[in-house]
Amino acid sequence: MSLRKYLVLAGVAVFAVTGDTLVSSGMKQIGRVALDHLPNIILVVFHPQIALGILFLLAFFACYMAALSWADLTYVLPTTSVSFILLTLVAKFILHENVSLTRWLGVVLISVGIGLVSQGPVLTPQPRRTQANDCLAETASGRMEP
Amino acid sequence: MTQLYAWGAVATIVSTSTCGDVLLSRAMKQVGDVGELRRRSGWAMVLARILRNPNFVLAILAMSTAFYAMLFGLSWADVSLVVPASTSLTFVTNALAAKLFLDERVDHHRWLAAIFVAAGVFLLAF
Repeated sequence: MSLRKYLVLAGVAVFAVTGDTLVSSGMKQIGRVALDHLPNIILVVFHPQIALGILFLLAFFACYMAALSWADLTYVLPTTSVSFILLTLVAKFILHENVSLTRWLGVVLISVGIGLVSQGPVLTPQPRRTQANDCLAETASGRMEP
Repeated sequence: MTQLYAWGAVATIVSTSTCGDVLLSRAMKQVGDVGELRRRSGWAMVLARILRNPNFVLAILAMSTAFYAMLFGLSWADVSLVVPASTSLTFVTNALAAKLFLDERVDHHRWLAAIFVAAGVFLLAF
């Protein structure tokens, strides 16, 4: 697998954690949105921290879609669950929260899961998919020829 | 009764979220490797192929349903049950759905990975 693809997978994890953290802390600053003032929920997107969080979540979704274009769903989901480990490390070392032993056990189990899936192939070979890519290549090369 | 609502919310979130992931994966496989497609035909072609794909539109609908089911679930039921249970179960149902509907080769390594990650994610809530 190329470096670009590793970066896309890392992007899925890092952008998800950053986006979630920014939106969550932004919402805490705003406080509860009352049900009788529901239009206020639209205005929260103009809060700088929430707006930045939404941008990161869009970047997460773009990376997730890119990863699914060349990797199996059962490869992408476990490998990008490294985001849960990052979230725990951020909670412990940046937010100085108390992380329980059960939570560390969860981190160990996720790490084992990532290790198990990352040893195997990235994509299941599918005959139809190969044909589709060949057609795409022919179309592209045909377009380049005068 | 509250437990019934909670598990109903979990079932709705897990099923719609799995549908969303499977449909998105199918859509992106039909679009092809985004990096290669961008080099050959440019970003406009990538966007056009994604937005014209019916599976992509259905995936967004399913994911939006999952999001609203989560919001409603959280307003009825216990957060400490709904969030970890739905997030972790989705890893297992996705492995099953990928094998059944996407013809992915889910060998014992991938099954174990899905189960380990699901258990780990569940434990993170405590």
